[in-house]
Amino acid sequence: MSFETTSSQPPLLVASDVSKHFTLRRTIFGRPLTKVRAVDDISFSLQPGETLAIVGESGCGKSTLGRVLMRLIEPSAGAVTLDGVELTALSNRDMLAQRSKIQLVFQDPYASLNPRMTIGQTVGEPLMLHNVVPKAQRAERVKELLKMVGLRPEHASRYPHEFSGGQRQRVVIARALASEPKILVCDEAVSALDVSIQAQVLNLLKSLQKKLGLAYIFISHDLSVVKHIADRVAVMYLGKVVELGETRKIFSTPRHPYTRALLSAIPAAHLGHGRDTAAHALAGDLPSPIDPPSGCRLHTRCPHARPECKAVDMSLDVEADGHANACAFWKELPQTDDLLGKGRATDPRLAKLFAAFSNPLPEGEQAPC
Amino acid sequence: MAQPAIPYIPFSQLFESRVWRRFSKTKSAVFGLVVVLIVVFVAVFAPFLAPYDPAAQIWTAVRQPPSALYWLGTDESGRDIFSRLVFGARASLMAGVISVSIAIALGVPLGLAAGFVGGLVDGVISRFTDAMLATPFLILAIAFAAFLGPSLTNAMLAIGITATPLFIRLTRGQVLSLRSEEYVEAARSVGNPGWRVALRHVLPNILPQLLVQTTITIATAIIAEASMSFLGLGQQPPAPSWGSMLNSAQRFLSNAPWMALWPGMIIFLTVLSFNLLGDGLRDAFDPRSKT
Amino acid sequence: MLRLLGHRLLQLIPTIFILSLIIFSLQHLLPGDPALALAGENPDPETVAAIRARYGLDQPIFMQYLYWVGGVLTGDLGLSMRHNLPVTTLVLQKLPVTLQLAIMGIVLALVFGVVGGVIAAVRRNTSIDYAANVVSLAGISVPNFWLGIMLILLFSIQLRWLPASGYVPLSVDWRMNLATTVMPAFVLGTAIAGIIMRHTRSAMIQALESDYVRTARAKGLSPTVVVVKHAMRNALTPIITLGALEFGALLSGAVLTEQIFAIPGFGKLIVDAVFTRDYAVVQGVVLVTALFYITLNLLADIGYILANPRLRS
Repeated sequence: MSFETTSSQPPLLVASDVSKHFTLRRTIFGRPLTKVRAVDDISFSLQPGETLAIVGESGCGKSTLGRVLMRLIEPSAGAVTLDGVELTALSNRDMLAQRSKIQLVFQDPYASLNPRMTIGQTVGEPLMLHNVVPKAQRAERVKELLKMVGLRPEHASRYPHEFSGGQRQRVVIARALASEPKILVCDEAVSALDVSIQAQVLNLLKSLQKKLGLAYIFISHDLSVVKHIADRVAVMYLGKVVELGETRKIFSTPRHPYTRALLSAIPAAHLGHGRDTAAHALAGDLPSPIDPPSGCRLHTRCPHARPECKAVDMSLDVEADGHANACAFWKELPQTDDLLGKGRATDPRLAKLFAAFSNPLPEGEQAPC
Repeated sequence: MAQPAIPYIPFSQLFESRVWRRFSKTKSAVFGLVVVLIVVFVAVFAPFLAPYDPAAQIWTAVRQPPSALYWLGTDESGRDIFSRLVFGARASLMAGVISVSIAIALGVPLGLAAGFVGGLVDGVISRFTDAMLATPFLILAIAFAAFLGPSLTNAMLAIGITATPLFIRLTRGQVLSLRSEEYVEAARSVGNPGWRVALRHVLPNILPQLLVQTTITIATAIIAEASMSFLGLGQQPPAPSWGSMLNSAQRFLSNAPWMALWPGMIIFLTVLSFNLLGDGLRDAFDPRSKT
Repeated sequence: MLRLLGHRLLQLIPTIFILSLIIFSLQHLLPGDPALALAGENPDPETVAAIRARYGLDQPIFMQYLYWVGGVLTGDLGLSMRHNLPVTTLVLQKLPVTLQLAIMGIVLALVFGVVGGVIAAVRRNTSIDYAANVVSLAGISVPNFWLGIMLILLFSIQLRWLPASGYVPLSVDWRMNLATTVMPAFVLGTAIAGIIMRHTRSAMIQALESDYVRTARAKGLSPTVVVVKHAMRNALTPIITLGALEFGALLSGAVLTEQIFAIPGFGKLIVDAVFTRDYAVVQGVVLVTALFYITLNLLADIGYILANPRLRS
């Protein structure tokens, strides 16, 4: 199953029916006994320069999906095509060369830098591996990259433990940019940082996108961050995409009960409207992904569940504007008001974040974090 | 369990680092380091430190008790025990260092391969390690030496092969715990080929653990060499070694007990120092390991 | 639990297979023709040919291996060149002597190690603790052949309390048996005692800091009851397991100890075999010790699973 976005440009990245199953237990003869369907039959495409956010609770498979897209984890089924090249069909050796086009920004800047390599070595490594610039120009290019992410060129000779979290994340971004990729997969790229620094890093990502024409796959559990950075949003639940559409549509007219529940749980919406969000709340805990519920996987927790939900399939129903969702009965659900749109931040944490967004620093003058 | 990231310490900053501060506060570890350094010094400068030729037999001075002339006495053929101990340090240290080098050279690459490649490669290497470790250390080393023939070189080879699984197991375990670290995944994601991830990103980060294991294994290797020389499977006479000195001393226990006293004391002190040093390094690198 | 055990047992098969390969290939480390090496000094061609045929050395190498494994599986470890006896017979003859030493050694090690470790843990970070640490490291570091020699020097030569060497079987005279085995057993136990002491100390400290011990203290139980009944019981399982595993180290130590005290056991058997180039005996001893260790290891695992209710389900 595949569907086109509204744009007429050819997509940069296409995922078709991608699945990743982890085998937890085998019989003594090696036959798989228990599998986790971390990513189950997911399809979407990504346009050049676009930001697609993938949201969901932890354990929904969004991080696995990000890694499957760049073949850091081998998919069990399906195909990923990047810039016309089918990554999933490449040999390991050919894949190494393609890595330059899609890079990963990690969640924890304290863990994602090799403690025994200087910043210069870390940022320079992709230059060497992909032969981006001649050897003689590498040091100069490292300095440019550091400047580009708001660090000082002389930082190149230092070690990671001499930097703060925000600075380290800038190094991680510089390393990701070194191979001149077309796509950055940002896996919870700001969630380990302080709120004020989150905003700085997000602004940096935005300005880099404008300058370099990057496309982002922005994996996050934080919808308020997603709202400000994403063009489109894919909502995942237990390995499945349950809703996919333009950010504005997702936040203004969420279709799927799961999306509604996620949105209603955002403090700003809750406090801003004082509306009864209990109608959207989910019952119970996240089921184990080892043995997900049959039919619609949400039926065990959905406030609108009905007996038929145990048997329906979860294929996406696409509206004319490209807004797609996987609820078989979404047309019969009660209408929703704007769940978040007009919400004024009253949560101090979010207030700070929103304030940072409305007054972005002038380009190129990133305050060192 | 993930290893704590030990920040890289450039040599110029070694003595200001936290690792050094913790190490230098442990008296026993410093004692171990000092003794190890002395033994190394003695082994290197043996010809300048020994008052007599260690092989010179003086038949007029057989089994002399310690005196001003022969500080630690003489042995059954009138050789100066002090001089033989000084030269014996060479055999022991060499056995320790060379056999452990063999074990590292074989064990670390195999451990990296087992940890990184996984699957059948890991299965074969791990079962091989299990099989070797199932045989008591000295018995396996003796068996190897028996088939290789008695000499110091073969003893070192035998000890080295026997100690290899220790390094395979350590390296493999460290690789498995580091493999899920984000910076290792990052190394893969920027396009490093597997071998470069192993050598450039994982290996440097397990060096502290390897250093601790190396120190402690040198202690084991020195005891093993002394044991084998004692049995006659190591250093061959008349070349001096602490183990073979004890062997000949055994026959003169009642009339020349000093012949047995000193070599044993020196082996004990050296091995103890390597163990203290290894313990101190472990605690200095990872204070949480201290119980 | 059965799954866990089944998995362990299955893993043993390749381990034992590789072990047999290692031991079998030992004889190929011999420089030159093993038949010549086996034939001794200045052999005539017929003898060499006879040996070649007798040991199957004229067969392809994998057939040789199969013959050897076939023999081992039926309890035939080959023939000792020197004693002209089956290796199996020799091993069975010497094993009880070494087992007696090993059991005495491990009992001594457990008593000294556990008592020392518990005291060190209870008196943590006092001078007693530091002294215990030094004593245990000394126990690990002292070359046990030297310790043996020093004991002979003290108790046999100076004090004349104990015989310096020899062995009297238990069935002949238990007093003489004890007199001849007490020093070797002590020597064997020393290194293991050091290791057990260190592990006991850390296991005890962990147990003493756990919630159930705090609860027991809070209930007002006496310190002795808390230490012995609550903390020690929980710390003891891993220590017993460790004791089983250190049995292998005991057998290593037995090689030298038996040499020094001239005790006709397993260790002396392998050393004598090495010097008389009795290769079948060397291979047999290595194989039997390794299988012995693997079995102990398995028993320790089973014990650990049985003692750990969480692993039982």
